[in-house]
Amino acid sequence: MTKKQIDPLERVAAEMKKCVKCGACRAHCPAFSTFQREPATARGKVALAQHLCKGDITLDDGTYSAMSKCLLCGSCVEKCPNQVPTDEIVIAAREALAQRRGLTTFHKAVGQVIKNRKVMNFGALAAAILGPLFFRKVPATSGLRLRFPMPFIGGSRHIPQIAKKPFMKRHPEVIQGEPGKPRIVFFVGCMTNFVYTEIGEATLALFRHLGCTVIIPKGQQCCGLPGMSGGDLNTVRELAEMNLAAIEAHQADYVMTACATCGGALHKLYPLVVGKRNPELKQRLQALADKTVDAAVLLQKLGLTPEETGTGSGMRITYHDPCHHRTAGITKEPRALLKRTPGLELVEMEGADRCCGLGGTFNVYHYENSLDINASKSAAIIATGADAVVTGCPGCIMQLSDGLKQAGDKTRVLHTVELLARKIRR
Amino acid sequence: MLDARILQQLTDIVGSENIAATPQDLICYGYDATQMEFLPDCVVHPDGSEEVARILKLANSEGFPVFPRGAGSGFTGGALPKGGGVVLVTTRMNRILRIDTDNLVAEVEPGVVTETFQMAVEKLGLFYPPDPASLKFSTLGGNVAECAGGPRAVKYGVTKDFVMGLEVVLPTGEVIRTGGETVKGVVGYDLTKLICGSEGTLGVITKIIFKLLPYPDAKKTMLTVFDSIDGAARAVSTIIKNKIIPTTLEFMDHATLVCVERRFNLGLPDSGRAVLLIEVDGDRDLIEKQAGEIHKLIEPLGLVQFRVAKDAAESEELWRVRRLVSPSLRDVNPDKFNEDIVVPRSKVPDVIRRIEVIQKRYDIPIVNFGHAGDGNIHVNIMIDKQVPGQLEKAHEAIKEVFQAALDLGGTMSGEHGVGLAKQPYIPMELTADQVAAMKAIKRALDPNNILNPGKMLPV
Repeated sequence: MTKKQIDPLERVAAEMKKCVKCGACRAHCPAFSTFQREPATARGKVALAQHLCKGDITLDDGTYSAMSKCLLCGSCVEKCPNQVPTDEIVIAAREALAQRRGLTTFHKAVGQVIKNRKVMNFGALAAAILGPLFFRKVPATSGLRLRFPMPFIGGSRHIPQIAKKPFMKRHPEVIQGEPGKPRIVFFVGCMTNFVYTEIGEATLALFRHLGCTVIIPKGQQCCGLPGMSGGDLNTVRELAEMNLAAIEAHQADYVMTACATCGGALHKLYPLVVGKRNPELKQRLQALADKTVDAAVLLQKLGLTPEETGTGSGMRITYHDPCHHRTAGITKEPRALLKRTPGLELVEMEGADRCCGLGGTFNVYHYENSLDINASKSAAIIATGADAVVTGCPGCIMQLSDGLKQAGDKTRVLHTVELLARKIRR
Repeated sequence: MLDARILQQLTDIVGSENIAATPQDLICYGYDATQMEFLPDCVVHPDGSEEVARILKLANSEGFPVFPRGAGSGFTGGALPKGGGVVLVTTRMNRILRIDTDNLVAEVEPGVVTETFQMAVEKLGLFYPPDPASLKFSTLGGNVAECAGGPRAVKYGVTKDFVMGLEVVLPTGEVIRTGGETVKGVVGYDLTKLICGSEGTLGVITKIIFKLLPYPDAKKTMLTVFDSIDGAARAVSTIIKNKIIPTTLEFMDHATLVCVERRFNLGLPDSGRAVLLIEVDGDRDLIEKQAGEIHKLIEPLGLVQFRVAKDAAESEELWRVRRLVSPSLRDVNPDKFNEDIVVPRSKVPDVIRRIEVIQKRYDIPIVNFGHAGDGNIHVNIMIDKQVPGQLEKAHEAIKEVFQAALDLGGTMSGEHGVGLAKQPYIPMELTADQVAAMKAIKRALDPNNILNPGKMLPV
C-alpha cells in the first residue's frame, strides 16, 4: 500500500499508540454488544488501523466490514483508561477506505444530496407529496406516520413523514429581536428543516421569547455527518466551508443548534478534519466551534424560566442522552431545564447515556444490529413507565421512535425544546 | 498453517458463522493486554462442551494447538496463540444457568462477564466477592483459569476460594466434572483447585459452580493519608492485629499520589506520602464501630488525613482516587510493565524500600500501588520504549523486583499469572523438582501438548 492511501491514518498514528489493548472498551461498546466479535471492539479497530499503517493488511472488504461496525458514539473514548480517540481513528480509516475503494453507491448518493440544498428541497417536496402513495400509513399520533418498505433498510422500519414545507422556507433570514439582546445564528440541520419542523418552531419561539435576534442563514447546508460516516470527508470539508461562509456572513454572538449531531459536527468534526495544510481555515472553523452552543445550554445560560414557557401537564418523562451531547459534556443542562418545568416528573432510565443505535449510516448497513442495540434502550424507556422520552437530537428521535414502535409501545418521543416551548406556542 | 480440510472439519463442528480466518479476525484475536501479538491460523467460537470436545479431539488427531481465550484482557499473554494454531473463544458460552438461593451456589458458563454475574446475584441479595479490576469486561472462565484476585481478597479470598466445581474438557477431549456443590467433599484429588489458575493448560472450562455469600448489609469507605509509607504499612498490620479484617486495604505510594494529583488535582495534602483506602462491610452497627476503632488505631501512625464517606456517592468519590491511578500513569512515561508481586503484608514497607533502590539504580520511574491488605503490590515500571536502552533496563529492573519479593518470602505474581510474560523468571521461584512435578501433570493430561502449549512452565 502506498503512503498516500493510508494518509488519513497518519493523522492519528500517534493516537493509536496510546491503546494498550486492555479490553475496557468491550464493556462500553454498543457495536460489540450486538456483534460479540473482537473486530467490532474499539481496540480491535485500533489494532487493524495499526496493521494498515504497517502494511500487513489492506483496505479490503474485511477491513471495510470491521470499520463499518462502529456507531462513532464515543463511549469507548470516554471510558478508555488512556483516552484513545478511537472515533477519530475510525473516521480516518473510513476516509482511507473511501479514498482507496471509492464511495459506495449509497454514500455517493448521500454525498450528492447533502451537498446540494436545492436537490434536498426538491427531494423533500417530492417525498412529502408522493410519500403517502408509496409508504404504508401508520397512525399519525405515533409520530411515525410511514413505514418504509425498502429492502436495503429493513422492511418493517418506521420512518417519519417529510414536512410539506421545510422549516427554513417558512421564515425570513433574520427575525429581529429586542435591542441589546443576543444575536443568534440558528443552524437548523436537515432533520429539523425537512422532517421535524416542530423542533425548529419550538426553538425559534423560545429564543424569540427571550428577545433574541434569530438569524437563519439561507446559505446553510447539511452539517455533513452523514457523509462522514461513509468516509466521505471531502464532502464534509466542502460543507464545512459552505456553512462557515453562510454563518460568517452574519454578525452573531452564538451559533446555536437544536440537533446534537449538527452540534458535534460544528463543534468537533470540522476543526478535526481540516488538515494542517489550511491553517487559516482551521482557525476560522475553530472560532466557529467556540461559538457553537446547544439550544438547551444556551437557554439555561440566557436564563430561560421554564415555569413561564413550558408545561408538561402532569407528564412523567425520561431523558435520553444523545452521544453527541454526552461526548460534549451536555448532560446537566437539559435535565435542569426539564426539572424546572412545571408538571414534568423526570425519571432516569437505566443506561440513559447509552447510544440508541442509530450511529449515522450504521443503521442503514447494520439495521438488524442497530435495532438490537435499540432494543435495550426501548426496554429501559418502557421500564420507567414514562409517558414520553425526551432528547436533544432529531436523529435519536427517529431511532427511538422506530425502536419503541417495533416494541409495540406507545411512549411518545419528544425534543427538549418542544416541552420547554409548550406554553408560548399555544 | 491449518489446511483446508481441517478448516472444513472445524467449520462442521461450530458452523460457518462461528469460525473466522480473515486477516482482520486473526489480528483481533492475536493480542491481549500484554502488548505482545501472535497471529493464530483461525478463530473458533464453540457453544458448549460437546463442540469443545470435538475440537480438542480433532486437534489431537491432526496435531494442531488450541488456545482457549475469554475476553483477552490478561496481563501475561496466557491466551495468546504463540506459534499459531486455533484460538478457541469462550464468549458464546455466556449463560448464567442457575442461581440456587437455597444452597447459595450458582452455575454459569465461562463466557459470562464477571460484573454481569455479580449484578445477577446481587439482585437476589447474594454476593460474589472476587472483583478483578477488569470485572466489567473479563469473563468468569478467564478469572478461574488465571485465578483472578482483586481488592476484596484481603477479606474474602480470590476466585479459587469461590469455585466449588467445574465442567472441564480435558486436552484429549474427555468431558469431566470436578468438585461438586457440597461444602464438604474429599473423594479423590482436588482437580478443581488444580484447574483454577492452570492458565488454560490443563483443560477448557465449560461450566463453573460458584459458592455465594449473603450480600453484606452495609459498607463504609475511608480514605486515609499518611506522612510515610511505614505509617501506612503499619496501619495495615495494626488493623488486622486488632482483629478487624477490612474488605479492602488499597494502597498508593508517593509516586502514585504525585501522578494522580498532578493530573486530577484532588486536593490530597502535600505532606501525604502514602494513601490507604479502607473499606469495611457487614452489619451496619458493627461497621460504624469498626470505622471508629480503625481511626483510633491508625491516628498515632502519622495520619495526616482521614475521610469517611457518608453515603454511596461519597464512597464512589473516595474510590475515584484509586481508579484515577491507571489513567494518570501515562503522564510519567508512555509504556508500562505492570508486575503484581506479593509479600507478607508486614513486609510491604521493606519491599517498597527495595524497589526505591532499584528505581535509583536503573534510573527509571517505578510507581507502586495495590492491595496492601494481602501484600499484593502492583509495581509499575514506567518506560519509553522509543528511548534506546530503556527496555533492557526495564527487564533487568523487573528481575530485581521479583528477587526482592522472593527474598522477603513472597511470590512474583498474585493475580496476573505467568503466561508468557513471567515464564523466563519461573526458575527464580520454583525449584527444578516443583517444575518437574508440574510438567508431569501436564504430560499426563495433555500427552500431545496441544492445549495452550508453551505457556506458564519453562519450555
